[in-house]
Amino acid sequence: MYFRRTMITLALFALPTFAKAQVTPPKSKQDSIARADSIARADSIALVKQLEKELAAQGADTNAAASAQPRATGGYMNIGFVTLADAGWSSASDIGAIERGDHDPKVNGFTMPNAEISLDGAVDPYFKGFSNIVLKVDSEGETGIELEEAYALTTSLPHSLQVKFGQFFTEFGRQNPQHPHAWAFVDQPLVLSRMFGPDGLRSQGVRVSWLLPTSFYTEALLAVANATGGTTSSFRSPDSPEIHGGVIDERPVTRLSDLLMAPRINTSFDLTETQTVVLGASAAFGPNNSGPSAKTRVYGLDVYWKWKPAAAQAGFPFLSLQSEAMVRHYDAAQRISQADPAITLTSEILKDRGAYAQVLWGIKPRIVAGLRGEFASGSGSAFVSELRRDQSRLSPNLTWYPTEFSKLRVQYNYDNRHELGSEHSIWFQFEFLLGAHAAHKF
Amino acid sequence: MRFLNFHAAAALILGALITATPQASAQLRVVATTPDLASVAREIGGDRVNVVALAKPTEDPHFVDAKPSFIVTLNRGDALIDGGAELELGWLPPLLENARNGRIMAGARGRIVASEGVRLLEIPTSFDRSKGDIHSLGNPHFMIDPVTVKIVARNIANHFAQIDPKSAATYNSNLARFNARLDAKMSDWQRQVAPFRGAKIVTYHRDFIYLAQRFGLSIVDELEPKPGIAPSPAHLAQVIGEMKANNAKVILVQPFQNRKTAETVARQTGATVLDTPQQPGAVANTSTYLDMMDNLVRALATGLGAKK
Repeated sequence: MYFRRTMITLALFALPTFAKAQVTPPKSKQDSIARADSIARADSIALVKQLEKELAAQGADTNAAASAQPRATGGYMNIGFVTLADAGWSSASDIGAIERGDHDPKVNGFTMPNAEISLDGAVDPYFKGFSNIVLKVDSEGETGIELEEAYALTTSLPHSLQVKFGQFFTEFGRQNPQHPHAWAFVDQPLVLSRMFGPDGLRSQGVRVSWLLPTSFYTEALLAVANATGGTTSSFRSPDSPEIHGGVIDERPVTRLSDLLMAPRINTSFDLTETQTVVLGASAAFGPNNSGPSAKTRVYGLDVYWKWKPAAAQAGFPFLSLQSEAMVRHYDAAQRISQADPAITLTSEILKDRGAYAQVLWGIKPRIVAGLRGEFASGSGSAFVSELRRDQSRLSPNLTWYPTEFSKLRVQYNYDNRHELGSEHSIWFQFEFLLGAHAAHKF
Repeated sequence: MRFLNFHAAAALILGALITATPQASAQLRVVATTPDLASVAREIGGDRVNVVALAKPTEDPHFVDAKPSFIVTLNRGDALIDGGAELELGWLPPLLENARNGRIMAGARGRIVASEGVRLLEIPTSFDRSKGDIHSLGNPHFMIDPVTVKIVARNIANHFAQIDPKSAATYNSNLARFNARLDAKMSDWQRQVAPFRGAKIVTYHRDFIYLAQRFGLSIVDELEPKPGIAPSPAHLAQVIGEMKANNAKVILVQPFQNRKTAETVARQTGATVLDTPQQPGAVANTSTYLDMMDNLVRALATGLGAKK
């Protein structure tokens, strides 16, 4: 009800703007009207002859037109700036414990989880360059800045190969490589927070991709990257003691297996003229810092299906389903407890799993209703980690896109945590985008 | 042994998949972003080319899904024809990024920019999205002007001849034949529309301005208050007033535009909603560009004639 009232209020504000129509036609339109009016009085047969003459003249003049054509010129770089603002309320006393993503709402009241500058362009005929610089206002009101991505991509290697190098999101599943602007919900799925931490899995490295010579789309990818840093949550992140509870074992990189390896295969079929499905399988292998030879293995499956009628209006209506399931095997070596050095935690395999499924219904132009169901759970550990507590969530939401450059979203979350019970949250989200709007991948 | 079996099976599967790929032929593999460009390419290329259009004829060319199957099509293409005026800005760039095909990259011989040499209308002097979704290079709906299409056809013929020099004579003679047919058709279309020169029309989007200029029609207004902005009741009320004041009696819509909105306005003004798709194949018996224009001009002349 509150949302409906808000929408009506916003619509009322918006209407006068929409109503400012072009009362006066542009000069070109006025000219053509005047010209057409004068000609309309002439005899129609004479008119046809006159037009044919005009036509012949224009046909002959087409070469000259090329040099005379004025052209707008862009810079060598596309620049975009997108800002997300959240507002809302939750029954949870510690919102950060149920919303673990760095781009999720963090407090009762207002959150600015993502203000992102995106830069991209052709470096030269051989490479394209991309960069995303993110500013975030944390729950204390402090602004943080991070280089989220900065990478180059080859444009035309032989044999349908492509190489990406720099810092980039690992192409694991569907949502991990997406920026918050492209998310269909206010917050990131629980399973992504569980497996890849608050900022998703991204690191410095190189990724090779091969577009297979099959009749349907099939792409095989392999990323090799550093397994260290705050955005390699399941691997050698400095925050890993929150998972295994032990003192960090500092491991130098001495061999290839000390790096993060992430293979992926992705394929797609057009089921009909109006339905497409994309299927993917991903894995990530690398060391963790619970012991000198401890490793982590993450496996994932993902599916995306979309229906859009052949005569969709501005892309609507549509129906889509997206789902990802992941499993993590985290070898926790025998380790000294970080909380109490007198305690030694036994060697064990920490097993986590989780999944989400979301349905989006583009009801009519600019209105999308969504429903997401999800869970994440873990088993085994001598150390009780809050990060591994079983949690499930159900999230209906509704998004209104006044244009492709702004959106208003409202989302309700019903969270349930093992032994801690349920929480209710309502979040509003507003987004605006300036400058270049990178086209969305399917 | 198990290891060997696994690899043998994998090799067999991969081999089967690769075999399933269509075999290369002597024809140029041409990809066009929209069916109108594809149709002109077929006219020029004849049996020397195999042309595929990415967007469906009934689909809004601004809002095409960047489906992965398009990546495969673009990866294998010898040539890509795009409008060159940002019509495909919302979906073509990520496809090209992943197509990894140097033959169709910007500046390559196989990259055919249809609008090269076309005098685009409504090139903005300032970039301001409060004016709606304005294309920075000008209005991209130029294919609806048959005279402009002669420039597009020449661009396509030039590039085909560069990519496939041994067939250059064929492409040039096909171009001459297409131009001759277009000229003949143009005279016919002008005759059909000539009685209605100066007629006031309304369109849903600013996608008929090139047609209006060529055939001497006068666009009173659009149902969209600004390009890409959904019609609001306040704006529609204004359009109704303008239509009554100007005696505008037809509203042109395309298959992907909201016909119900147009019908609402038509009921208030006594106007007729004309289905005037701009893409070949959007309705029956319009598989070529010339057929599509035939259909469009006929619908226009019939609609205007009925309301005269």
